[in-house]
Amino acid sequence: MVAQRESALNRPLSGLERRLLNDFQDGLPLSPAPFAEMAETLDVSEAAVLKALSGLQNQGLISRVGPVFRPNRVGASTLAAMGVPEGRLEEVAALVSAYEEVNHNYEREHELNLWFVATAPDRERLDQVLAEIERRTGIEVIDLPMVEDYFINLGFPLQWA
Amino acid sequence: MGMSFTDERDPLDLALVREVQDGLPLSHRPYAEIGARLGMAEQEVIRRLRALTESGDIRRLGVVVRHRELGYRANAMVVWDIPDERAGELGSLIGRQPFVNLCYRRPRRPPKWPYNLFCMIHGRTREGVLANLEELIERCGLCDIPHRVLFSRRRFKQRGARYGAAKQASAQTREGLPLQPNERYADRTDR
Repeated sequence: MVAQRESALNRPLSGLERRLLNDFQDGLPLSPAPFAEMAETLDVSEAAVLKALSGLQNQGLISRVGPVFRPNRVGASTLAAMGVPEGRLEEVAALVSAYEEVNHNYEREHELNLWFVATAPDRERLDQVLAEIERRTGIEVIDLPMVEDYFINLGFPLQWA
Repeated sequence: MGMSFTDERDPLDLALVREVQDGLPLSHRPYAEIGARLGMAEQEVIRRLRALTESGDIRRLGVVVRHRELGYRANAMVVWDIPDERAGELGSLIGRQPFVNLCYRRPRRPPKWPYNLFCMIHGRTREGVLANLEELIERCGLCDIPHRVLFSRRRFKQRGARYGAAKQASAQTREGLPLQPNERYADRTDR
């Protein structure tokens, strides 16, 4: 499955796909037929836009078309870090990933080597999840909730080198 | 940080958030479809989404790309130990740089974790990310600020945030991959 997702880039992206990926990370029209409106901008049919977006989604190149919420404005979220002994990393990572509340989980190059983001309807549930992970693994979970958001850019600029 | 959305907002907004958190249907009238699931008129869905966008609760509305799959495989979390009184000024400056993807202030947790500012730099290669970092240090005058670069090794899980369990159709991610076993998520990256 991973191999399938990795191979998606081995084919060249079409001009339409590139524009969809690059130019529509924000500003999806809030009108009854937003994809028809996008199609008009792109000078293609609505069916072509829908087909291209479905294709990109099925190949895992886009995760969705929809809103990105500002952290901690809707629900509560945090970044958490753990220093996991090398031999236990896969086991602990699997335990962490299994939580519905965990949306990102990465191994990183540091003594604190497992980093995950957890999101829940409220802080109380978040605390429960972190405490439970700590208890089940016996490894301290360092809780690093966002204090302030300085990010200005919208979307992710892509370059087609 | 204030109260969270879920504590004080309109329950209909919350229901709407839960309905759209995994993405809009790719169809002719997506807002009407969302509305039909909630018993809400299409215009009401649009009005509420517009209000959430205007208030900043929705940061953007559109195509959410998966950077790693698009070839941006070098992913660095760069962390800084910035004097508290300069965190706002430097955070805003760093957050405005074109190749920086996120910039957050977080608490320090001494002695294990002395860093209070986090930013993400994604690039096609490790060398490219490090070159961007050099440029960032130069441009923002950060050469005296202690920092660490934490490249990612393996991704165990990545998907959009869920703000409630309302829409759990099955134990599947939106990408259609099973949540477990974990090996299916792990993909070697960076090196």
